[in-house]
Parts: sequence; C-alpha cells; structure tokens
Amino acid sequence: MKGRIISPGVAEGEAIVSHEPIGFYGGVDVKTGKVIDCGHELEGQTITDKILIFPCGKGSTVGSYVIYGLKKNGVAPLAIVNEETETIVATGVILAGIPCVDKIDLQKLDIRSGQRIKVDADNGIVTRLD
Amino acid sequence: MHLTSDEEKMLAGEHGPVLERSFRLLVRLGEIYGADKMIPIGSVQVAGVSYKSIGDIGLEFLEDYASQGAKVKVLTFLNPAGMDLENWSALGFPKEFAEKQLKIIDAFRSMGIIISATCTPYLAGNLPRFGEHIAWSESSAVSFANSVIGARTNREGGPSALAAAICGVSANYGLHQNEARKPNIKIEIDEKLDLRSGSDFGALGYYVGKQVKNKIPFFSGIKTEAATTSTLKALGAAMAASGAVALYHIRDITPEANNMPVEGLETLHVEPEAIEETYAKLTTGEVPDIVIVGCPHSSLLEVEKIANALAGKSLKRPFWVCTSRVIKHTADDMGFTGIIEKAGGMVVADTCMVVAPIEDMGYRITGVNSGKAANYLPGFCKQDVVFARLEDLISKCI
Repeated sequence: MKGRIISPGVAEGEAIVSHEPIGFYGGVDVKTGKVIDCGHELEGQTITDKILIFPCGKGSTVGSYVIYGLKKNGVAPLAIVNEETETIVATGVILAGIPCVDKIDLQKLDIRSGQRIKVDADNGIVTRLD
Repeated sequence: MHLTSDEEKMLAGEHGPVLERSFRLLVRLGEIYGADKMIPIGSVQVAGVSYKSIGDIGLEFLEDYASQGAKVKVLTFLNPAGMDLENWSALGFPKEFAEKQLKIIDAFRSMGIIISATCTPYLAGNLPRFGEHIAWSESSAVSFANSVIGARTNREGGPSALAAAICGVSANYGLHQNEARKPNIKIEIDEKLDLRSGSDFGALGYYVGKQVKNKIPFFSGIKTEAATTSTLKALGAAMAASGAVALYHIRDITPEANNMPVEGLETLHVEPEAIEETYAKLTTGEVPDIVIVGCPHSSLLEVEKIANALAGKSLKRPFWVCTSRVIKHTADDMGFTGIIEKAGGMVVADTCMVVAPIEDMGYRITGVNSGKAANYLPGFCKQDVVFARLEDLISKCI
C-alpha cells in the first residue's frame, strides 16, 4: 500500500499493532520502550525493534522528545506506520531518523501484532509479508 | 513550497548551523503537510522543559543548541519546569534533580527565552490577538489559544516550537489555514447536564477527548455563564490529554464558532451520567496523600477562591496550588499565599503535579480537580488518583 513519506528509511520486522492512539509522553517509557499508559491495549508490551502501527498520536507535545530519546537509548521502534501522523510524532521521527509512513488505511492493511511487515519510507510503501 | 531568497540561504547554511538545522525541520514539516510558504509568527511557547520529561537526552539536545549560539527571534515563553525554581529545596525536590533542571533552564535562558515556566502563557504576559499566527506547544495552551482566543497554531512538538522561535517563522499548514479550522463532529450537551466547576469541565473534556481523538468538536448546550477562562482552560486541557484536540468551538462562546458550518456532522450526545461516570472512572484511590490543584496553572481568580475556601481552616495533608511565578507574585502581594500557607498549604510556582517527580517524593495517591492531571498521573507519576471537585478535595484534607 502506498502512503505519505513522513521520515525516510527502510525497515522490515515484526508488527506491533495498536487500534487506539498512542501518546508517547507518559505513555511509553523512554528507557525501556515499554508502553506504560494505564489501560492502553499495548500496556506492558515493548515497541523496541518492532514496526509500530497505530492510527494517530495523542496527548502531550513532549512526545517528540520521547521518540528522539527512544532512538538515542537504543529502544526505538524500527519504523512507524500511521493513518495520520500529527506534528508531534512527525517531529520526533524526523529528529530521530525513524522511518515513518502515514495515510495508510489500517483496516485495509489488516495486520495483527506478530506478523511481518516491510516499510519502505523512501517511497512511502508499506507491504505485509505474512 | 515557496521559500524567499533569505530562507533559501538559511537552508543552505549561510546563517550558521543552528538556523540551518532548525529551518530544515520546519521545511520538512511544511513539505509533509502541504505548506505553500513560511509565515511570520507573533510568539512561541516551548514545551519539554521538565528534566523528568526530557531527561539527559533533552538536556544534551538543548545544551548543544545553546552552545552553538542559538537565539530566539520572537517572544518565546517556556512551559512548566519539573520543580519550583526558587523554592525547590523547601518543597522536598531531590538535589540531583534540581541540578539537572537548573541546567535545562540555563540553556533556555541563554537562547533569550523568557523563563515563564507556565502552561498558561496567556495569563502571564503572552497574549496573542485573534487571528495571529503563533507556534505554541503545550497542548492545553495550544487548545486555549486556538479555541478561546482565536489565534492560530498547530500542536508543535518541543523541538519544532524551538525551531520556529529560532527562525521566527512557521510553515503555513494545518490550523494556520481557514479550511482546517472547521469542526468535524458535533457535541450536544444534554440540557439536564449542569456543568459548574473546572473539574466538571475537565471530566467533560476527558470524556469527549477519548471519543473524538484528534477531531475538531463543535459544542452546543454549554451555558454562557458557566464558560469562563478557568472552565474553558480545564475543558481544553483534558481534551488535549485524553485525545489530541487542538481546537474546539462552542456555540455563542468561542470567537469562530458561529461562523462555522455544522450541518450534517456526526453528533455525540453527552448525558449527565457521562460526567459522574468519568469522575468515578478516573478515581483509583480513596484518601489522597497530597492534593494538587492548578492543572493547567491556576489563574489569580482561582488562587483567590482557594484562599477564601481555606481561610481559617487547618489542612491535615500537603495541599499544593500550582501557578506561574507571575501570578504567585501577585498572590503574595494580595495576601492569598499567606492565607493558603496559614492553613497548611503551599503556592507552588513554575511546575505542576504532572511534570514534577512526585512519585520520588513519597506520594502514592494524589487528589486532583483536573481531568488532564487525572489522565496523566497514573502512567507518568505512578499515582493512584482521587479526581474530585475542589470542595470535596478540601473536605478530604480537613
């Protein structure tokens, strides 16, 4: 599927899928990459070295620093796929150099956590491998 | 995107590495979101100030900018820090934390940023006009500026706001443009729903933000007399925390509302039960170790009301009233701080319960009257929460 290039790069790996928005500030631990947002469907899971798929960002604008920090700490996701990447996530992935594509219809993409996916953010292309 | 010849030079590095790096981020965001050009901005508000939020990574990032001589070109205010910048020791903030926090503040100060340390810049000396383009980043301040004042800003990330301050411009996309400011969902408040306090509006905001995510809600049925600066800042703050609402309209109340097309929009009806259910849902503890109000930062009127409510009383638990230093100075002069302190409370400047390391200060259960704080405290401060109206919080403390 073809989307919009937010931040370039290519990555391939295991998907971790959230149907809810993700707020990185207060939602993801910057040291471990673990989701700490209480009651969130991914609470307790780790996004590190996975392809993180979620509809859109939410919450605090400090999220950009958290995404940058995840990368600096070596616990960032390999790539991010969104339906709509808002500026907080966009700023974070650009600073961190994490490949990111948006304008992807997640229902049509029909992917579950654990399946493999390739993100070619140089061309804005997302491909389900399983 | 059209760039002026001076902007082309900035991008080519002719104005130095800091401007190049900052401008590159703005251009990239502009390209992604379809901006036609850069636009001058009237002011900036930078988030990502607390050491707890940004850690050593943020500190290094900012010191790197500062050491390269970064200077802001427009009036730039700062979001709250992780502690009271003057009174941190007496309040029990850890020394190691304070040292790192003060380094962050030094980096911002050297860039020419006003150390306002508040999420309510519009109450502390940075008030944009209707229609003015600005680049603000704290999510509740963004919501207030867009919705209540009618200024125009996207939800900037900390680094993109800093880049805008250094360049004096922002890319012309999103909420800077008329088209993107139209509502896309209607919220009808049931006529039996009597919203009285900031916490009621916070509960409403939490409930609506969860449902509408990043949409632009158009409210009807909010009574004019209930919509004050205090209640609207509570509403917007909670919607920006539980969702990503950067702009809302309220019929007959916010400045752009009555010119907006609303026919045919999906409608969410809010029943009175939704508010009480939200109070219950967000309350995970019974008796608070500490009560903290002022999320977003208290206005002078709110501080006065709290002082009136606490006059002559004796609090059995720590009770913090968070506000900006500007407001605290006036509260000191007016004797409000003295009344609150005499009752056993504190007026705490520059910080709040969300960005302060309260979990490291021995607190486990926090009482709040803010829907936004109730949203963040469990995840970010490992707190159980008592989310209640101000008068109920006070009665739990005496």
